[in-house]
Amino acid sequence: MHWVPCGTYNVNYRQDFAIFRTKPHWISLVVFLLILFTLPFYCSRYMLALLSTIGITIIAVQGLGILTGYGGQISIGQAAFMGTGAYLSVILMQRFDFPFLLALFSAGIGSGLVGVVFGLPALRIKGFYLAMSTLAAQLILGWFFLHLRGITGGTEGLHVEHASFAGITFNTPQNKYWLVMVFTLLAIFFAKNLMRTKVGRALVAIRDNDLAAKVMGIEVALYKLLAFFISCFFAGIAGAVYAHYIGFISPVQFTLQDSILYLGILIVGGMGSIMGAIFGTVFMKLIEEFVFVISPMLATWFPGFGAQFFAALSLAFYAIIIILFLVFEPRGINHLWVVLKNRYRLYPFSH
Amino acid sequence: MKDWAHKGEQALLRFQDISLSFGRVGALVGISFEIGNEGIFAIIGPNGAGKTCIFNVINGFYRPQKGRVYFDGRDITRLGSAKIARLGVARTFQNIELYTGLTTVENLMAARHMLFKDTIVEGAFYFGRTLKQEVAHRRVVEEVIDFLEIEKIRKVEVGLLPYGLRKLVELGRALAMEPKLLLLDEPMAGMNMEEKEDIARFIVDISEEKKIPVLLVEHEMDVVMDIADNIIVLDFGTKIAEGPPEEIMTNQSVIKAYLGYDA
Repeated sequence: MHWVPCGTYNVNYRQDFAIFRTKPHWISLVVFLLILFTLPFYCSRYMLALLSTIGITIIAVQGLGILTGYGGQISIGQAAFMGTGAYLSVILMQRFDFPFLLALFSAGIGSGLVGVVFGLPALRIKGFYLAMSTLAAQLILGWFFLHLRGITGGTEGLHVEHASFAGITFNTPQNKYWLVMVFTLLAIFFAKNLMRTKVGRALVAIRDNDLAAKVMGIEVALYKLLAFFISCFFAGIAGAVYAHYIGFISPVQFTLQDSILYLGILIVGGMGSIMGAIFGTVFMKLIEEFVFVISPMLATWFPGFGAQFFAALSLAFYAIIIILFLVFEPRGINHLWVVLKNRYRLYPFSH
Repeated sequence: MKDWAHKGEQALLRFQDISLSFGRVGALVGISFEIGNEGIFAIIGPNGAGKTCIFNVINGFYRPQKGRVYFDGRDITRLGSAKIARLGVARTFQNIELYTGLTTVENLMAARHMLFKDTIVEGAFYFGRTLKQEVAHRRVVEEVIDFLEIEKIRKVEVGLLPYGLRKLVELGRALAMEPKLLLLDEPMAGMNMEEKEDIARFIVDISEEKKIPVLLVEHEMDVVMDIADNIIVLDFGTKIAEGPPEEIMTNQSVIKAYLGYDA
């Protein structure tokens, strides 16, 4: 059920559509944005780096959320599509002198088109089998990154020059953070709007009941491919932003493990919700940092295991968390958030 | 009873000698009938007589081996399901087929998918045509919600609703398409007396107020005999009778098909 804050009466449909409906909503949005964009003035480089990676991951996971969460098409190739975007943007800029924004946009489109090609099997197969065919995308694209040495630099990767547009060169942790955050917010904004309009409803319709969707006049095949395109467009943009944030790209940054991690993030955050992708990413990245902090400590407390044992602990942590969420809260953190919100709005009554 | 067949108007839906078989099993054998521009039409018959098959042929799920289907003067035998829907055919299913993850409003909005004219870019920005169309279509959807008296569950996820309400939402979804022909596959299956009466009233209202012709598959004989203007009886894939309820009730071959012996 959908509850609005007490005393809010919608008298027209636009009010009913509004995400930020009341004054407190708008105030909290403005305060949040102010804090988000002033962080570089008083935060450590470490914090900025963490938040930037979270931002980039959110873009990729939003994309995956559209395809897998809303569209119901499982994909374990998101990292490869991210890599496609990263390589495309860098190659377009270095070899063809594209300006940054155009290269970024083209990388998104290019990655989206590659996604459509690998999405073609989705027209005939579903679920587990589709997962296998997107796995092929991951492996094939990964192979290209590694072996098209002339273009991608092979294992040595590519050095990426700083992004620059409107006279600003993004070369400090602070302004790179701003760059990332702008794209992250745009990604969230676009994802949310797409998913609450025609395209989003069509995708969920296909996910929940493709037969009924067909009878209701939705072109199932077209929308499946569109889901792949949008998802991989987001991945491409995430990859391109990532490349210009890190300053160096190589095949090891876009592995199968990352693809699976993105799926895990989506499960933990909650499939089929925009907030879920954000919660999931923040949560998992914080876990990663937590493990990063405690593993040296553990290594000193239990010397018998050796440092390597604990260095690899984050993966074990991910696995346990994903399993726990699947068992106890399959709808993810987002569901907890929704429940909490509704409880708060109804308090002190239970229903 | 409306004497539609003799008004001289063109039939809305015309089945012309349709034969459909799965392997050597003949699901439909040489079926022909016509549906007019107004009224309630019912298809009845024992289990496995091919009633739902007729719907699936209209929808384009099944391709008949023989014969033609015309809708609104157009041959739709070989068209895809989505295209047929666009021409104005809406249906409900025997086993409810809703979008369980969407709310009631969203289900009905999704039904109007093909009437939206905005582009994906406008959708991403949520401005211009998108916003205008969301409002305009929402207005129509709310009218349907009002018509079916399901205001209370407007924003409830359909997956959480009880059976009876889901049936109503599914009917609402078909109505939200503003179809030229409404196909209802057992709208009263599994409902209690009160719910059945509600549905029967809605069907009559749809036909008389909204002027949408209804083609109905139903096992609930009393209801069919009460509300249908014309009844088609199937048995083992063949049409054994067609006519107004009074005729069907006394038809010998119908009684034989249902009871298995001559009455």
